Amino acid sequence: MKILTAPRMERCIGCHSCSLACARLVHHHLSWNTAGIRIASSGGLSTGFEARTCLACDPAPCAAACPTGAYSQRRGGGVVVRKNLCIRCGECAAACPVDAVYLAADGDPFVCIHCGRCVPFCPHDCLEHTNLPGPGPAGDPATGGQP
Amino acid sequence: MIRDHFRVMRVDLATGRGEIQTVDGRDLYAGGSGLAALLFSRSAQPGKAWDDPDQPLIFAIGPLTGLFPLMSKTVCAFKSPYHDQYAESHAGGRSALALRFADLDALVLTGKAPTLSCLSIGSRHMELRDVHFMRGFDIHATGKLLRRMFSGAGHRSILRIGPAGEALSAMACVIVDTYRHFGRLGAGAVMGAKNLKGIAIQGDGSFLLPEGKDYPKLFQDVYGLLTGTEMMHKYHNLGTAENVVVLNELKALPFRNLQKTSDPAAVEISGEKFAEKTLLRNAACAGCPVGCIHLGFVREKFMEPNQYLYRQVSYDHEPIFAVGCMLAVTDPFAALDIMEEADKVGLDVMSAGVALAWATEASEKGIVSAAETIVPLRFGDAAAFQKALWHLARGDNEFYRLLASGTLPAARRFGGEDFACVLGQEMAGYATGEVFFISQALGLRHSHLDAGGYSFDQKHTDPDVAKAVEFLVADESSRCFLTAMVSCLFARGVYTEARLAECLKAVGYSKLAENIQAVSRRIQTERWRLRFATGYDPDRVEVPRRFSEVVTWKGPIDLAYLQSLKSEYGRRIRALAAEAEQEQETKPQIQKKEESERESR
Repeated sequence: MKILTAPRMERCIGCHSCSLACARLVHHHLSWNTAGIRIASSGGLSTGFEARTCLACDPAPCAAACPTGAYSQRRGGGVVVRKNLCIRCGECAAACPVDAVYLAADGDPFVCIHCGRCVPFCPHDCLEHTNLPGPGPAGDPATGGQP
Repeated sequence: MIRDHFRVMRVDLATGRGEIQTVDGRDLYAGGSGLAALLFSRSAQPGKAWDDPDQPLIFAIGPLTGLFPLMSKTVCAFKSPYHDQYAESHAGGRSALALRFADLDALVLTGKAPTLSCLSIGSRHMELRDVHFMRGFDIHATGKLLRRMFSGAGHRSILRIGPAGEALSAMACVIVDTYRHFGRLGAGAVMGAKNLKGIAIQGDGSFLLPEGKDYPKLFQDVYGLLTGTEMMHKYHNLGTAENVVVLNELKALPFRNLQKTSDPAAVEISGEKFAEKTLLRNAACAGCPVGCIHLGFVREKFMEPNQYLYRQVSYDHEPIFAVGCMLAVTDPFAALDIMEEADKVGLDVMSAGVALAWATEASEKGIVSAAETIVPLRFGDAAAFQKALWHLARGDNEFYRLLASGTLPAARRFGGEDFACVLGQEMAGYATGEVFFISQALGLRHSHLDAGGYSFDQKHTDPDVAKAVEFLVADESSRCFLTAMVSCLFARGVYTEARLAECLKAVGYSKLAENIQAVSRRIQTERWRLRFATGYDPDRVEVPRRFSEVVTWKGPIDLAYLQSLKSEYGRRIRALAAEAEQEQETKPQIQKKEESERESR
């Protein structure tokens, strides 16, 4: 199964088109927060941007932490989300080691479902919807593990 | 978020208390420029000075902000320290989306904070915090500290002023998110007068989108036009800096304080040269996939042996014109150094560059000396200009204090009015001819963006006053609607009136969609009414002699045409203001009708 990676974030111009697309198309929201991919500058705009998104853990600590089965392990990495089972306890966000789960004000969690719908909205080809990279040279975890 | 009224946060900086207000008028004033004018007319004191604590500082966005790409500007309205009249300034960056996600159509600031302060707002918080320790900080140091003090990296916007704003310079800008500016007409001084060093806007709200298929489909169409066609190629490629060579070849590039309109050395600071030598990367306003912000780099050897630091500086045609062409600085790195210094001190780079160009020619002619300029000024001497910018920002002596209030006041005191390159305010980077000169000199914002006069000059050779003025009035009207939507004007080819109507309809603003022309006209006339109410008189606008000495590709300026244009455009502007005066008389009835409609809902 394919996962979303962000292997070329050094090209990012900070337009937020990816997160706006995720919020719009996946969650039917207007937001740059309630999205599976969120863009942030790290220490001001002069330092460039990073993508906060699910790195497709397998096993996924957020799924392990979820007490109601709303988050379950996705084949190929990441999680399958069943919103109707969610009690908004926030354990998934607390368990995520890379801050990839966004909790809305009412506790509703938002995480990437690796659908790839954000990818065509990136004007600089920063993102990829691809099969999980195999063994190879170690890469930056923020880039989806790619060298 | 999509509503038939405006949701406005009003903050009294004297008490630190805020209030959320519901303001009617969505279908009449739309948002952006229209909303700013509406809020100014309701809260400003036309007879009081610009720095009176009662005067409002307004930031407004539009109904499509966030919902469609490139609806990414914020309109700032205030009474200007430059002319003590109504003024508007526009900036990109993240402030528009941050305001949208803070669930505000506008922010209105009144009063004066008791100490130097920073305002932080979001969808669920409002706080005024003392930052007296930041007095005198440049905009980079200010930005770094504010980022540390307030949370929300990436999804907030930080507006701040530098020493120029604190010194109440009429050329002080407000820097937005490091690389964008509310540049012209002194918004930075208005923040300074309110003891407001910064504003942090946290965009932390989320909203449900309209139901149905129309909106997502239309979004896709618009996005496709903006990214999949050649329509935005110029801005994505070299950016507006592309204009340098084009204007130079046309003999329409103001050079060396407009002593010339072209120079062989201009190619050294062309968009092509900037890209080849200095371009580090591009950046974008939030919600814009075009990415027209061009960041160049400069490095500085600050210590032996081989100890360097580097900086990133945003450049465009206008800064290149102002501190490159006008000051005859033809090395791109040297020009970036001057732009960086203007940013640091919080001066509008266009106004400051043109003011220093006058001061340099005045120095050459012996009208002023180092006794006034402190540092000797010579065309091409970038290091001197960098030092002079600090003197100008702080107003270090009478000369710089006057110059910071405008080049013409300084020229009136010291001499050299003939060669002050002022068209309402310090000129923009086009010497295309009579129509542009009058468009900027009389235009509401005294900006090349008020109407496409520079384009009209290039397309028409016959001196047809009626046709030219009709174009200026009609073009201003259509731009009023775009700036009410807070569209980036680069997207005006995509956001035609028909497409804007579709966009508005798709998200539920059907009444606005059906009345675009009437709303445009109302905004246009209301803005002129406010300008006249605060003291504007087009007959008193001077066009210094230097502009009549210009020679373009069409030949020498036609003085009779220039004067006829000024007189006729002034007459039309008066008529526009009078039209709004008449509407004001019938306004109470409209308001009463709206109120009764709202009560019955």
